[in-house]
Amino acid sequence: MDNGSGSCLKCVELTKVYGMGRTKTLAVDHVSLEIHNKEIVSIVGESGSGKTTLAKLLLGLTEPTEGEIYFLGKKRDISTHKKRLEYWKNIQAIFQDPYSSFNIFRKIDDVLLDCINMRDGKNTPREEKIRMMSEACSFVNMKFEELTNKYPFELSGGQMQRLMIARVFLLKPKILIADEPTSMIDACSRATILDMLLKLNAEEGTTLIFITHDIGLAYYLSQTVYIMKKGRIVESGTAEEVILHPKEAYTKRLISDVPKIREEWDLSTVVYSTE
Amino acid sequence: MPKVLLDVNELSTKYVTRFHEDVYAVDRVSLKVEEGKSLGIAGESGCGKSTLALSMMGYYFPPLHYVSGDICLDGKNITKMDPDVIRRKILGTEISYIPQSAMNALNPTQKILNFIQDVIWAHNPKATKEEILNLAKERFKLLGLPESVLYKYPVELSGGMKQRTVIAVSVILGPKVLIADEPSSALDVTSQKMVIKMLVDLMQSGFIKAMVFITHELPLLYNVVDDIMVMYAGQIVEKGTADEVVLDPLHPYSRGLMGSLIVPEEGMREQKLIAIPGAPPNLKDPPSGCRFAARCKYVIPQCTKIHTIDMQELGNGRAYRCIFY
Repeated sequence: MDNGSGSCLKCVELTKVYGMGRTKTLAVDHVSLEIHNKEIVSIVGESGSGKTTLAKLLLGLTEPTEGEIYFLGKKRDISTHKKRLEYWKNIQAIFQDPYSSFNIFRKIDDVLLDCINMRDGKNTPREEKIRMMSEACSFVNMKFEELTNKYPFELSGGQMQRLMIARVFLLKPKILIADEPTSMIDACSRATILDMLLKLNAEEGTTLIFITHDIGLAYYLSQTVYIMKKGRIVESGTAEEVILHPKEAYTKRLISDVPKIREEWDLSTVVYSTE
Repeated sequence: MPKVLLDVNELSTKYVTRFHEDVYAVDRVSLKVEEGKSLGIAGESGCGKSTLALSMMGYYFPPLHYVSGDICLDGKNITKMDPDVIRRKILGTEISYIPQSAMNALNPTQKILNFIQDVIWAHNPKATKEEILNLAKERFKLLGLPESVLYKYPVELSGGMKQRTVIAVSVILGPKVLIADEPSSALDVTSQKMVIKMLVDLMQSGFIKAMVFITHELPLLYNVVDDIMVMYAGQIVEKGTADEVVLDPLHPYSRGLMGSLIVPEEGMREQKLIAIPGAPPNLKDPPSGCRFAARCKYVIPQCTKIHTIDMQELGNGRAYRCIFY
């Protein structure tokens, strides 16, 4: 399957409706997309456009109202707990808030050890496990010796997010969904984290689905970009096509809203929303 | 000669921890904000930006303690004032502060109008409900917020709307100086632009006379403020006008910050991001000499031999803290 061009994850007419009756909200509205192996895909949209719901659907955390998801060419089946665990070996996620991503009662070695055990490494000798863990830590530029016997809250936000990447490195999933992994991180650590995601894609061949509201990050990282508006995909194509030559007014607005340095950032065109 | 509204001179403050280890979060910071000007403070997480904001309001509640230095707010020295008095007499009316997660401070069980009444009654118990309602309506109209927001609960508002409401309420008593600490960090780019526009409008229409804007987003600072100060490990490492600091940074740290910028401009993909390696020093025991030396690629032995490195003035307010150049 790893020929580099096969379809990795595909969804057809995916729809998710929250609530019912008068409060019905169409969060994801007939979205069809195909993600190839080893590709980096970005999903860009403003808050409330359904990006995170789409990620949850792809991860199998919520059930779609309509539509199908195909994983590696076969229809995804996560009807039982066992099948779901099997699916999650192939798809992993990094979420927005690193502070609430970890179990605060567990030490960092335990977190990493769990990843090895989950990947059928229960019978691996202890020295081998430690070697794997320090390899994962050095992948994210951290020292395993400094992390042992520490709890996640002793780390900074950037370090926690890097530890999430170390987890993904140990689990070696086929797909990684990164849902705004840098929005709570300062600009300096952001570059480090983005480079690590790129490295993960280049060295491990992980397919990366990057969800963001900042179109600049999407342009830096991805090959393919999908623009989402009110649950629909309004524009898609390669990063150069979409970001340098946008067609939709919505895409143009998203681009113009990012503060720039070499180009003028026009504040006079801003219209205050009433929502 | 424009009037200096906020004049902070060699201010040092510290946090006292449970084990009596002092953390010098702000170390001899001097800054001046003139009337009609805005100042931006840039730096990575944990460099003391927010502590500086609290310190320059005289808001010394434990574990934050005052060490040395002077703060003059509109010609009045507020350094030795009791923090409780500052909270009642200065905050809100002279200087206003928008903390990082300001929008989460809205009481979920109260309508926005009740919140505004609380704010005004805390400073002026004699105000009548009608006066407050008229003032609120007038301000909301001027700032582009719909009047219906007044009768809503915070949960009914979007993140950007909540943040704009909080900003509108924070300036309702007519403060001279506004300190905005990461006002847009939790918002998406569209709401961020609205919040920024609102702050710029506030400055232009004269509701506030001066602004201190704290953020880690350099492109944002560049587009909003007149002057920028770059902070590292509790010290100011570089200051100058926005153009000077962003387009021609002198200190290696400011250069590093510039190297990690991501903007959707042509050719940016080919450019390699240069992240600054390592982590900032522990301020419990700051290294002698240049605090950035351990992460600097231009480091020479002299950097750590000299005990303290002073700011080198270049004139016109431009200064940097490095011995190399």
